[in-house]
Amino acid sequence: MSGVPQSLYRDEGVVLRVQKLGEADRIITVLTRRTGKVRAVAKGVRRTKSKFGARLEPFSHVDLQLYTGRNLDIVNQAESIRSYGPAVVGDYRAYTAGTAVLETADRLAGEEKEPQLRLFLLVIGALRSLAEQTHPPGLVLDAFLLRAMSVAGWEPALTDCARCAEPGPHRHFSVPGGGIVCPSCRPTGSAMPSPVTVGLLEALLTGDWALAEASQGTNRREASGLVAALLQWHLERSLRSLALVDRSEPGAPAPVALPDVHRLVGAAQLAGEPS
Amino acid sequence: MYEGAVQDLIDELGRLPGVGPKSAQRIAFHLLAADAADVGRLTAALQRVQAEVRFCVTCYNVAEGEQCRICRDPRRSLDVLCVVEEPKDVVAIERTREFKGRYHVLGGAISPIEGIGPDDLRVKELMTRLMDGTVTELIIATDPNLEGEATAAYLARLIAPMGVAVSRLASGLPVGGDLEYADEVTLGRAFEGRRRITA
Ligand SMILES: [Zn+2]
Ligand SMILES: [Zn+2]
Repeated sequence: MSGVPQSLYRDEGVVLRVQKLGEADRIITVLTRRTGKVRAVAKGVRRTKSKFGARLEPFSHVDLQLYTGRNLDIVNQAESIRSYGPAVVGDYRAYTAGTAVLETADRLAGEEKEPQLRLFLLVIGALRSLAEQTHPPGLVLDAFLLRAMSVAGWEPALTDCARCAEPGPHRHFSVPGGGIVCPSCRPTGSAMPSPVTVGLLEALLTGDWALAEASQGTNRREASGLVAALLQWHLERSLRSLALVDRSEPGAPAPVALPDVHRLVGAAQLAGEPS
Repeated sequence: MYEGAVQDLIDELGRLPGVGPKSAQRIAFHLLAADAADVGRLTAALQRVQAEVRFCVTCYNVAEGEQCRICRDPRRSLDVLCVVEEPKDVVAIERTREFKGRYHVLGGAISPIEGIGPDDLRVKELMTRLMDGTVTELIIATDPNLEGEATAAYLARLIAPMGVAVSRLASGLPVGGDLEYADEVTLGRAFEGRRRITA
């Protein structure tokens, strides 16, 4: 070890991701309330008798004591504040939406140790909503993505023109242009989403859940397509977990791109087998 | 950096899972100092694994030949199937001597953050195995961590309409760990205490 004295600090945060390190350790990425994004080593966490137990899994809101390290910090203590994981993993739609929340937060938090209080609060809010099933998981995710972009300075224009601020409503929507654009500003290749879809985006951004939950599947699909396009355009890279978000309706069969399985399930039901 | 051959060895070792640059260097110098006979046995073992070991065509466990030892064993029951993430989990469960059925190795767990969805695992192959109605009970023994739990929830929902009883290894297994680290007694108890899941 180097002769540099290690300083101890304490913060609370949400575990965004974990990576295996060596035989039994992990590197955890945490979005903390005061310090911003922190990457730290949790020693022995994969052993069955680890002092950290299950507290350092993704979706966990923890109180941490850390040593400042040369490259990575080291977790000294971890106390659970609330673990959203157990509630989220039981519902595949909530799990995939929640994972996209965590990956987006990791990417938007930018450099390590830049404070990101508003992003931290948005993540906590989204995870709580997914765990408590207050709203459909797909809408919770899109509301989070819109608000997280807004916090990052990328709030899309939804009424007035994104370029010249000409008062709207306008019909055209440009992802590189930053949202709604007027007829004179619109770049070629602009989309023309349904006005109802634009209304849904507005409702998700402002938290009008009554309006958002009354929306139809076609508008939800169009809205999530626009949100994903905006986000990935700003990040200049695609998000792996976003492609795997399960946006099926509740009660539908599990999503699987296997036509033979659906045929099989149908056959089992026809044969009168217990379900 | 070292001279060609030594550096090549360090680079190759460093690509192995769990081996960092320092360990790679340590192992390389250990091998340089080792007896020719020791190195010869290691080389032979690597070549033999490469030439002879395959994945079982039925369960995707490691196998020498078409099928693994367990799938070839007529004493193993055909009606209970245990789903695990990796071949090393088969080894951990076999050590308990509690399980008399057969296995299905998924090849990992659903992990959207790594870009791994159901289509990247052997889920389709599992559904095909369940198709003829021989299997009446499925025990999901994915790791007791977040991705293992999410994979179990996904499979339970997928399989629910098929009339196969689905249960999950639960009691006593420490949450957050890897299945391979569970001791035999705990893992054995987890089998007896498995709970039925209804999706
Ligand atoms: Zn304009
Ligand atoms: Zn086999």
